[in-house]
Amino acid sequence: MTAQMIDGHTADRIQSRWGPGVIPYAQMGYWNPDYEPKDTDILAAFRVTPQPGVPPEEAAAAVAGESSTATWTVVWTDRLTTYDRYQAKCFRVDPVPGSDGQYMAYIAYDIDLFEEGSIANMTSSIIGNVFGFKALRALRLEDIRIPPGYAKTFQGPPHGIVMEREYLNKFGRPLLGATVKPKLGLSARNYGRVVFEALRGGLDFTKDDENINSQPFMRWRDRFLFAMEGVERAQASTGEVKGHYMNVTAATMEEMYERAELARDIGSVVVMVDLTVGYTAIASMSRWARRNGVLLHLHRAGHSTFTRQKNHGVSFRVVAKWCRLMGVDHLHAGTVVGKLEGDPNMVQGYYDTLRLGHVDANPIQGLLFEQDWASLAGVMPVASGGIHAAQMPQLLHYLGEDTILQFGGGTIGHPMGIAAGAAANRIAVEAMIKARNEGRNVLEEGPEALRQAARRSPELQMALDTWGEISFNYESTDTADVIPTPSM
Amino acid sequence: MDPPLGDLRSESGSVADDPSGSSELAVGKGAQAAIELYSETGLGADETVDITKEREASSIDEVLDRLDADLVGLAPVKTRIREISALLLVDRLRRRYGLHSARPTLHMCFTGSPGTGKTTVALRMAEILKRLGYLEKGHLVAVSRDDLVGQYIGHTAPKTREVIKRAMGGVLFIDEAYYLYRPENERDYGQETIEILLQMMESQRQDLVVILAGYKDRMDTFFRSNPGMSSRIAHHLDFPDYTLEELAAIGRLMLAEQGYEMGSEAEAVFASYLERRMRQPRFANARSVRNALERARLRHADRLMRGGGVLRKADLVRLEPEDLLKSRVFDDPVISGAATPT
Amino acid sequence: MRITQGAFSYLPDLTEAEIGLQVQYAIDNGWAIAVELTDDPHPRNTYWEMWGLPMFEISSPSAVLHEIDRCRQAFPSHYVRVSAYDASYGRQTTALSFLVQRPEKEPGFRLDRQERSDRRIGYQLHAYAADRPHGERYGA
Repeated sequence: MTAQMIDGHTADRIQSRWGPGVIPYAQMGYWNPDYEPKDTDILAAFRVTPQPGVPPEEAAAAVAGESSTATWTVVWTDRLTTYDRYQAKCFRVDPVPGSDGQYMAYIAYDIDLFEEGSIANMTSSIIGNVFGFKALRALRLEDIRIPPGYAKTFQGPPHGIVMEREYLNKFGRPLLGATVKPKLGLSARNYGRVVFEALRGGLDFTKDDENINSQPFMRWRDRFLFAMEGVERAQASTGEVKGHYMNVTAATMEEMYERAELARDIGSVVVMVDLTVGYTAIASMSRWARRNGVLLHLHRAGHSTFTRQKNHGVSFRVVAKWCRLMGVDHLHAGTVVGKLEGDPNMVQGYYDTLRLGHVDANPIQGLLFEQDWASLAGVMPVASGGIHAAQMPQLLHYLGEDTILQFGGGTIGHPMGIAAGAAANRIAVEAMIKARNEGRNVLEEGPEALRQAARRSPELQMALDTWGEISFNYESTDTADVIPTPSM
Repeated sequence: MDPPLGDLRSESGSVADDPSGSSELAVGKGAQAAIELYSETGLGADETVDITKEREASSIDEVLDRLDADLVGLAPVKTRIREISALLLVDRLRRRYGLHSARPTLHMCFTGSPGTGKTTVALRMAEILKRLGYLEKGHLVAVSRDDLVGQYIGHTAPKTREVIKRAMGGVLFIDEAYYLYRPENERDYGQETIEILLQMMESQRQDLVVILAGYKDRMDTFFRSNPGMSSRIAHHLDFPDYTLEELAAIGRLMLAEQGYEMGSEAEAVFASYLERRMRQPRFANARSVRNALERARLRHADRLMRGGGVLRKADLVRLEPEDLLKSRVFDDPVISGAATPT
Repeated sequence: MRITQGAFSYLPDLTEAEIGLQVQYAIDNGWAIAVELTDDPHPRNTYWEMWGLPMFEISSPSAVLHEIDRCRQAFPSHYVRVSAYDASYGRQTTALSFLVQRPEKEPGFRLDRQERSDRRIGYQLHAYAADRPHGERYGA
């Protein structure tokens, strides 16, 4: 297999690891089927699509090499290091069932390869160079396993699910939110009205959208002040703690801090940033959020550019792991039933990854590795995008109780008004939790429980009448291939 | 003025809050809701119900049969339990027709010496009451004075309530209940426990069955001094001491359960053992039988080990006279003249 | 005004049987159950008075219903809530909390605004009931 790749070299050169020139990655030690991963290794599973004629082991070894120590040719300076420690090792390659030409490559990285507490460094290593490698047609990072020793070098969520619930004094049911709509164009005064109506009607949170930053039609400071007026009024009219995710996303860290500080000073319990600000900026905001006792909401703006295609990019479950490490309190993770991409199994895998302390490998949910979170707090997953009150049974069934359900259109588009839309959602979620706790099967008996609740609530009745039949049934692009669990 | 937080914390005020132990306080909304849940109305006078089917559905016979099989003798006790079961079953049928009779009071008193089967019967009773829908859970919480009575002022009420709450939905079995009452000490906290018990036995009848247990004479004294308690106990069941034959039968049952047996010689020795043991102090009926057999197993094992060599299954199963004869009971000089069967 | 703290405040008040079912759910999950009361409805009032200790080893909801009844008898116009506590690792917090009694009249809150520099406003939430002393806030 190697001859065609290294033409012009003599046989005894091929034998030698250190002869000058180009030798296969596999032969340089990046393919090592006998390697037994250590508990401290960072493990990665890549979906590899080699170019025609490139053997899968060599392609996988190339991924291991290019994402760790290797360059395209032999360098003698390797011999100044304990190179076999720093080399990533691909220890297993399996064909992907049902996808010709695709292989799942399992690669182990020594913990020494990574800087403590730096997602920027980990991503620069693991996905830094290798995705453009010519010998591959496509490459996707499917999953990673973070060993506890490395996880412990990260702060993790500033507050986590438990602290958030205690802070908000809300227990035993999903939290409810809504993104203020229209996304763009509202003046600050009108914007605050939406916040007030949605919160007084029964939601726990309202939200700036990802692209609401500080535009000519509404500058950030005005938005914060008016939104806070809405939050406070809603608190007074319900006796509950309420919040508005103040989007502090801005061009520089200095501006983000300035915005976050105002949000804190005027009493907001939560701020938000977009994924587009970058991993390091998010990690900085995470430190700020813990220091200042403010929840941090992350909107995964832009992720679909690299998470959606099945054969190339980075799976969202990996992004979710990075987000839990760098530390956010909320992360959008799919709805199963709404308008945005998300296969039910895959979405449940993301939710488990964000919430549980220990996640078992479960290939059906795309979870290829066992993951122990080493007591890092849980992240509250957010379901947002095209969901409405009539879907409450499925939402509770698939997503569970520790989640934030965000009904933007499903609140603001209610024919009886925003507050009525909010109340419909709140009544629906309470009725569903009550039914579940009473021992009823949410998926089967939930719709009936909703109809019963609607008899005493014109708001809910109207919501069911308006959206009851709406669903978004498109085939998911990212689904599980049933893949054997790596034996480790 | 601040609310009586002290009361909240210690609950010490709870008895004083309600000195009468009045029932309307506690037959509150909870009780009524529970009663409503029980009532099933609807059948017309001409419609029929099948008591045999109802009986099968409740599967109480299973428990009653087990009671018969597990417990030797105790005929009057078993009869009473059958009667109670029948009453509850019939009550259930009556409710189908909307006939509302008062929920029967089932607090009981089990008197008898130690080892006469009181706890076992209480356990079965709890199970039967659950199967007939009288109790929700049918678990047994067995306690004695120390579990109920506190050590200092304000300690007893929460302690007693805690235990009662644990027992709710099942049976609270109070062993040697007379120790709750210590007439020689006027300020004994046991009195507080008795008052709370009385109140809860009345108000929580739908959730709680209390069984008091102990020696008959002492229970009688206890009831004379606590007429309120006596009047709330609907069933007094006396567990007589076992006869020699019954004890021997119990022994056989126990051995069979554990995969042992005795030949006729050993049985005769065992009978003679029981005869002697019954006359000795601290005889505890079935419990003493169990203990004697435990010791016989030890001697049996010791004998086999000393003997060494090759054994058959029968050797491992069979207790011999010498396994019993080495008991100190046979050393008693007063009766040492009795014949020792060989 | 109706304070909407707790998991079921947007539904009609739970009946005793319904409370029993929720308590049963908590028991089935192995959660300890506490009855708590207050006459200060401020959303940041975390520590309501405890009606006795949390109940850890009960088998039947009637034990809790009994305590709720006693609590209501003693404090007929307070807020009373049932909280279920999950002690399992990774959770160790309240798992469910809902109101089982509220005062007949809930006057609600006044929102005080203090104007500060550069258009900021300092907000103060003030429960009307809190004007009266602790223990006398909702009539009886």
